[in-house]
Amino acid sequence: MANLGEIVQKIRSKNAGPFWLTVDIFCGTPHAYEYVIARLSSATVAKAFGVNTQDIKRFDIANLHVVKFSLPRPHVQGSTLDPDMHGASWAALLAELPLEN
Amino acid sequence: MTTRVLIPSGALGLNYDQVALDRGIAMKPDIIAIDGGSTDSGPAYLGRGVSKYSRASTKIEWRGLMEARAKAGVPLVIGTSGTCGADNAVDWMLDITREIATDLRQSLKIAVLRCSQDTAVMSTAFSDGRITPLPAAPNVTADDFATCTNIVALAGAEQIAAALETNADIVIAGRTTDTAIIAALPIMRGNDAGAAWHGAKIGECGALCASNPQSGVVMVEFDNDGFTVIPLADGAHATPHTVSAHMLYENSDPFILYEPGGHLDVTDATYAALDDTRVRVTGSKWVPSDRYTVKLEGARPAGFQCVLLCLLRDAHYVKNAQIWANDIISKCRSKVIRRLGVAPEEFEIELRLMGQNASFGTLETHAAQPHEIGVLAIVTAKSNALAMEIGQFLNPYLLHHPLTQAEEQPTFAFPFSPAEISRGQTYEFCLNHVLTLDDPMSAFRLEQVQIG
Repeated sequence: MANLGEIVQKIRSKNAGPFWLTVDIFCGTPHAYEYVIARLSSATVAKAFGVNTQDIKRFDIANLHVVKFSLPRPHVQGSTLDPDMHGASWAALLAELPLEN
Repeated sequence: MTTRVLIPSGALGLNYDQVALDRGIAMKPDIIAIDGGSTDSGPAYLGRGVSKYSRASTKIEWRGLMEARAKAGVPLVIGTSGTCGADNAVDWMLDITREIATDLRQSLKIAVLRCSQDTAVMSTAFSDGRITPLPAAPNVTADDFATCTNIVALAGAEQIAAALETNADIVIAGRTTDTAIIAALPIMRGNDAGAAWHGAKIGECGALCASNPQSGVVMVEFDNDGFTVIPLADGAHATPHTVSAHMLYENSDPFILYEPGGHLDVTDATYAALDDTRVRVTGSKWVPSDRYTVKLEGARPAGFQCVLLCLLRDAHYVKNAQIWANDIISKCRSKVIRRLGVAPEEFEIELRLMGQNASFGTLETHAAQPHEIGVLAIVTAKSNALAMEIGQFLNPYLLHHPLTQAEEQPTFAFPFSPAEISRGQTYEFCLNHVLTLDDPMSAFRLEQVQIG
C-alpha cells in the first residue's frame, strides 16, 4: 500500500476565502490520475479532514490530471483554534493517506 | 479592439521584476493594474484596518509603478489597497501616493473608491433581507454587524469603471474582487465579458499562471473573442497547462467564479499555445445574474491573547507531553477560577504541542515520537490584563510541572524573558455574505483628488 503523496506529482492546500479550504492533487500522468480517481473516495477525504462527506465538493479534472477537493475549513481562518492561517499544511494529511493497491 | 492590461505582480509589496516591467511598458499597455491585498493573511488586518506589508516596501514599489505610469501615459489602478481595503488603508495608500507625487513632481488626478460600510446601515440591510449568507457562512444576527470594527463590500467592474471614467491618472480603490481591477477596462471597451473575467482571474496573481512564477510581471491582451496571456520575465513561459491550472488556485470551484453582477463559467474554455511563451484562451462565458450583489467581509474583536513558548527535550516528558499538557491546563484553570474569581467560560488555555500534533490536533495520523516538542501556550481572555495575568499563572507550570508527584521537580526551556508575550486584541472574520444593491454605486463612494 503506497501513500497518495508517493503516487502523485504534488498536493497543495490553500484557503479559498476565510471559510473554505481547497486541496489540489496534481497527479502528473494519465495513469496516476486514473489510479487515484479509482481509489480515493470523497468519504475517505472527508474522514481525514473530520468533515461530513456531503460538505465536500469534488472535481475530477481529466485534462489536467487533477483531483480537487473543496471543503468548509476545519476551523474558520484566524479563529482561536485555527493553527494554519493560509491553509498551507492540510495537503500533508492527504499526502500521507494510504491508498489500496 | 484589443485591450492590454499590464499586471506587475500578484500584490503590491511582493516586488516585481523591473526589466520585465519595462518590457511591458514598451508594449504600450492600456492600463497598469495591481492588487493590494486579500483576506489571506487573516482577520487582524481588516479588524484593525491596516496593511500587512511594510510602508517602506510599499512606497518603493508604488513609486516604481507611478514612474512607469507616467512613462506609459495610461491609468494605474490598485485594488484592495493596504491589504484589507478598508477606508483607513485607502487613506494610508493615498498618503503614500501624495508623498511620492511630491518627490517626483507629478501632477495627478486621483480617483479614490471607498468600500467601507456603516455597521448600522448593514444591520438594517440584514434585517430587511438584503444581506444573505453564502455557503459555510457563520450564523449572524442584525446585532452582530455592530460588533465589527470594519465591514467592507467588494467592488466589481462597475465601480472600477466609474473611477476610470473620471479620467483619473491613478485609481486608489478599497476592497475590490481580485479580478475587477483587471476586467473593468476590457469590459468598458466592449471586449468579450467572459474573456475579461477569465483573463483577469488568470492574471490576478501576476506570473503565478506561468513558469518562473516569482517574476511577477504578466501582460493579458483582451479582445472580442478571447484573451492572450504573455509572461514578461526572462525564462517565464505560459503553457495551456500552467494557465488552465491557475483556475484551481484559491478557488473552491475551478470552473465557476462569482463576481458582482454575474458569474464566469470556464467549463468550455479552450487553451492553445501560440508559441512557447504565450497562451490564447477562448470559449469563456459570462452569465449575468438577475440581482446585483456584492460580497461583504467583516472582522470583529475576538478577545485578547497572551502566548508563551517552552521546549520539552527530556525524553520522558516528550513521550508523555499530551498527558503533561492536559494536566497543566486542568490545574491552571482551577487555580485561575479560584484565585481570580473568573467564570470558566471567560477564558481559554490551549497548549499546542509543536512537533507532535500542532498542525492537525486530533486529525493527526502520525504517531512516531519526536525528540523535542515546542509547547505553544495560548491564553485567550476578554481583556489584555486578564490574558496577561493568566499567562503569569501558567508560567510556573510550564517551567516546573512534574508528570507525577513522585518525580523530581523538572525544569523546561524558556527561550524568552519575560515568557509572557502579549498578542493584544485579536479579531475574527464574521461575514461570508452578499449584499443586494439596486444601484452598483450605492454602497461605494467615489472621490476625485487633485495632487500637485
